[in-house]
Amino acid sequence: MMESRAAEGGPASRAVQRQETLITAKDVAVRFPMPSHFLQRHKPVLHALRGVDMAIEKGEAFCVVGESGCGKTTLGRVIMGLLEPSTGQISYDGTRIDDMGEAERRPYRRKMQMIFQNPYASLNPRMTVRQTLAESLRYLGEGMTAKQVDAKIEETMLSVGASVDWGTRMPHEFSGGQRQRISIARALITDPEFIVADEPISALDVSIQAQVLNLLTKAREERGLTYFFITHDLSVVEHFGDRVAVMYLGEVVELATVAQIFDAPQHPYTRLLLSAIPRIGGNAFKAERAPGEIPTAIDPPKGCAFASRCPLVHDRCRVENPALRPTPTGTLAACHAID
Amino acid sequence: MTPRAFAARFFRDPVAVCAALVLLSLIVMAVLAPFLAPQNPYDPMQIDIMDSELPPVWIDGGEERFLFGTDTQGRGILSTVMYGMGVSLLIGLGAVAVQAFLGITFGLLAGYYGGWIDSFLMRLADIQLSLSTLMVAIIALAIFQAALGPGAYADLALYMLILVIGIAEWPQYARTVRANVQVEKKKEYVDAARLTGMPSARIMLRHILPNTLTPLLVISTIQVANAIVSEAALSFLGLGMPVNRPSLGSLIRSGFENVFSGQWWITAIPAVVLVVLILAINLLGDWLRDTLNPKLYKGR
Amino acid sequence: MALLDITDLEVSFGPHQALRGVSFSLDRGERLGIVGESGAGKSMAAFAIINLISDPGRISGGSVTFDGQRLDTMDTEALRTIRGNRIAMIFQDPMMTLNPVLTIGEQMTETLLAHRSMSMAEARRIAVEKLDLVAVPSPAARIDNYPHELSGGLRQRVVIAISLLCDPEIIIADEPTTALDVTIQAEIMALLMRLCDESDMGLVLITHDLAVVSESCQRLAVMYAGKIIEQGATDAILTAPRHPYTRGLIGALPQMNSRGGLLKQIRGSMPGIDDLPTGCAFHPRCDFAVDACRASVPPLEVHGAQAVACIRVGEIE
Repeated sequence: MMESRAAEGGPASRAVQRQETLITAKDVAVRFPMPSHFLQRHKPVLHALRGVDMAIEKGEAFCVVGESGCGKTTLGRVIMGLLEPSTGQISYDGTRIDDMGEAERRPYRRKMQMIFQNPYASLNPRMTVRQTLAESLRYLGEGMTAKQVDAKIEETMLSVGASVDWGTRMPHEFSGGQRQRISIARALITDPEFIVADEPISALDVSIQAQVLNLLTKAREERGLTYFFITHDLSVVEHFGDRVAVMYLGEVVELATVAQIFDAPQHPYTRLLLSAIPRIGGNAFKAERAPGEIPTAIDPPKGCAFASRCPLVHDRCRVENPALRPTPTGTLAACHAID
Repeated sequence: MTPRAFAARFFRDPVAVCAALVLLSLIVMAVLAPFLAPQNPYDPMQIDIMDSELPPVWIDGGEERFLFGTDTQGRGILSTVMYGMGVSLLIGLGAVAVQAFLGITFGLLAGYYGGWIDSFLMRLADIQLSLSTLMVAIIALAIFQAALGPGAYADLALYMLILVIGIAEWPQYARTVRANVQVEKKKEYVDAARLTGMPSARIMLRHILPNTLTPLLVISTIQVANAIVSEAALSFLGLGMPVNRPSLGSLIRSGFENVFSGQWWITAIPAVVLVVLILAINLLGDWLRDTLNPKLYKGR
Repeated sequence: MALLDITDLEVSFGPHQALRGVSFSLDRGERLGIVGESGAGKSMAAFAIINLISDPGRISGGSVTFDGQRLDTMDTEALRTIRGNRIAMIFQDPMMTLNPVLTIGEQMTETLLAHRSMSMAEARRIAVEKLDLVAVPSPAARIDNYPHELSGGLRQRVVIAISLLCDPEIIIADEPTTALDVTIQAEIMALLMRLCDESDMGLVLITHDLAVVSESCQRLAVMYAGKIIEQGATDAILTAPRHPYTRGLIGALPQMNSRGGLLKQIRGSMPGIDDLPTGCAFHPRCDFAVDACRASVPPLEVHGAQAVACIRVGEIE
C-alpha cells in the first residue's frame, strides 16, 4: 500500500505523515433531541459532545478522563461506529469511516474492537464462552475454516489467562474479573490494531483491577495495540496512559501528555480533578469545598461550561466559550485565563 | 437458574406439582382419546340412541358403561369430553402459536428499531387492544359463517378460530417483547454483537430474542388458557366448532338445552372439565411467573 | 470502655458464616475505616452493628455494646430509640434514604418529630439549620425540593443532613461516595470529616478504597472473607502493612507502582462464604502460605503497631 502511494508521487509525504496518526476525530458533535410535548415551542436538546477534535497516534495509550456525563463514553461509541455523529468526522488511518455502510466498514471493524465497562452485561447470558468468541470470527474472520476458528479461540483464551475448559461454560459461572478476561479475549480475537476500552476496570475489585490492567498492558506490548482508554480514575491514567484528554460537559478542556497533566495542569478543571483524587497519605479531603454543580448537558450554557465552578472566572468566560489552544507549556487547554 | 434448581423448586411446591399432574393427565386423555375413550362418539356404529340421556353412574339409573352418563344422542359424556378437550387444546395452542409469531415479530421490530416503526406498531396494538377479543371474533366469525355457508364453514371452523383468536391477542406478546427488547438492546453484549457488523436480523434473533424468552413462557401459559376460554365462549355462542367435531365449549352449549329438563350432567361435566383445565394451566403459569421472574407483573 | 464495642460478632446465613468473629471498638469522635473487596463482609458488619441483618441472615454469636447497652439482643422498639437517633446510617445510594414522593423538608421534619417532641415550626427550623450545616446552598428554598430536583452530590449532602438531625454520636457510612464523581467525593468526605470534628462524632466508614480511608480515618480495619485480618492506626498499616493480603492490596494500587510497567497483583479472587478454604482463608492466594496456614484459622494478634491475623507475620518481613 505504501508503494502504491509513493508511486503516485505528490501525496507520498502526506501518506507517511498520516501513518503516524491512527484515529482522527474532527469537530465531532453528538446531539440527542429530548422527549418533549409536541406543542412545546422550545425543543430541548441534549448535547452529549460539543465539537471534539483529537488525533490518536499509532501505538499510544490515549486516555480520556472526566466525570459522569462529560461525554467520554459517547466519544468512544462514535469512534467505534455504535453511534453516528450529528456533525463532524471520524477517520481511521486517513480514511473517513463514520459515514461508511456496513459492508464497506467491515475491514475496519476487524481492526477496531471494544472492551466494555460492565462485565455483567457485556456477555450474552445465553451463550457459552466459545459461542461468544466464535460469533466475532463468524463475521470478522472471513475465510477461516472451522479448524482455524477453533485454534484461534484456544490461542486467544490462553493469551488472556483463561483455561480452555471455560469454553463450554456460561457467563453466569464466572466472576467479574473472569468475565472481563473473556471480554478482552473477544476483543483480541480479530487481531485488532485499535481498542476502545470503556472503563474496563471500574466495576472490579482492587486486586482484580490490577490483574486486568496488567493483561491490557501485556496485550499492548505483545501486539503493538493502540488504546483509547476511557476512565474516571486519574491514578489509572498516570500508570497506564501516554496522553490524556480531560473532558467536561461534552468538550475537551485540556489535552496533554500524562507527565504534563500531572506536573503542570493548566486548566482549572484539571487542577480541581487532580486535587480531589484521594491518595495514600494525601490531603484531598482537608479543605472543605463548596458544592460544585455541573451544569446540565441539556441546552448547556453559552460561555465556558466550567464557569459556574471556576475559581478564575471572569466576565468573558460567561459569554464566550474558550477554544482548545496551545498553552505556554506546550499542551492544549480551553481556558481564557491561560495566556 | 439451572435446570436442577428449577426442578428442585418445582417439586417443593405441592400446588405446582398437583396442577402439573392434573394438566398432564388431561392432556394424555385428550391426545390418546382414540385409544383410551370407551367409545368413539362420532362413529355412528358405536352409538345407540337407546342409551340416550343416561345419568352418571352414581345416580340411580346410571350404567357402568357410561361413567359420566350420556347425551341426547346416546354418546358417553366421558368420551365426548375426551375428544372435545383435544379440540380445545389444539385451538388454544394453535391460537397462541399465531399470537406468539405475530407478537414476537412486531415486538422485536418495534423494540429494536424504535422510531416510526415502533409508533406505528404500538398504535396498532392499542387499537387492537381497545376492541375486545370476543367482539372482534364474533364479528369476524359471523361474517365468515354468512359468507361461506354453514357447511363450508364447519370444515374450516378450526382454522378460523385459531386465526381469529390468534390475531386478536397478538398485542400481549408484542408489548412484552418490545419492553424486553428495549431493556436488552441497551446492554453491552448487543453493542459487542453490532461491532462485528452482523446483520440486524441476526442480532435480534440470535442475541436479543433468547434473552426475552423467559417472560414469554409465562405469558404463553396464561394465553393458552385465555384462548381456550375464548374458544369455549365462541362455541357456546354458536360461532365455534360445529356439532360433528365439538370442543368443550360446543359440548357445554349442546347440553345447555337439557339443563331445564333435568339432564344437567350433559352440560355440567364438560363445564367442570373446562374449569379444571383452565385452573391447572393458570396455577402452573402463576408458579412459573413467581419462579422465573418475581418482578414480572408485580407492579400492576 | 469505648462508646461502641463489637466483640467476636458472627453473622450466619444458614450453614454459612458471612461474618466469622469480628471485633473492633470505636471511641467518641474517632473515625474507623473498614476496607475490603466485595464479599469481604464489610457491609454485613455495618448492618450487624445496628442489628439490621435481614432474613435469612442472623447474628449468630458475639456482642455489640453501645454506651453500655447490648444492641444485638435488644428488641425492635428499644432499637428504634437508637437507630437514626444516636447511631445514624448513610448508604451508597442516597435514594435508599430519600423518599422520592416527599419533599426534603417533609422527610426531615418527619424524622425529627418521630424522635423528639417539638412543634412543626421548630422541626422545620432545625431542618434548615442542618441543611445549612452541610452547605446546601440556599437551604430555606431547597428544603421544599423533591429529591429528584437535586444533583447526586446535593442528594448525598441532604442524606447527611438527615442523619445529623438527632445529633447522633456515631455515623455509619456504607460506601457513601462510591456512586459519586471524584470531585464530589472530595466535597462529601471533607464535609463528613468537619462534622465529625465539630461535634465529636464517631464515624465508621465502610469502603473499598484504601486511599479514601488513608485521607479520612485514624484507624483502619482490613477485612477478608468475613474476618478482620489487619487492624490498627491507618498510617501505620499503610506505610508498613504486615498481612500479605494488605500488602497485596496496597501494592496493587496504580499510584504505588512505577509508570507503564506491570502492577503487582494478587492472583485469584476472594472465596465465597459457601466455599471457604480451610485454615487461613487467604492461603490459596498467598505467596507465603505453608502447611500450618491450611490447618488452622490464624487469630488476630498484636504485632507492633497493629493487630494482624497471620501466623507467618514475623518471618516474612
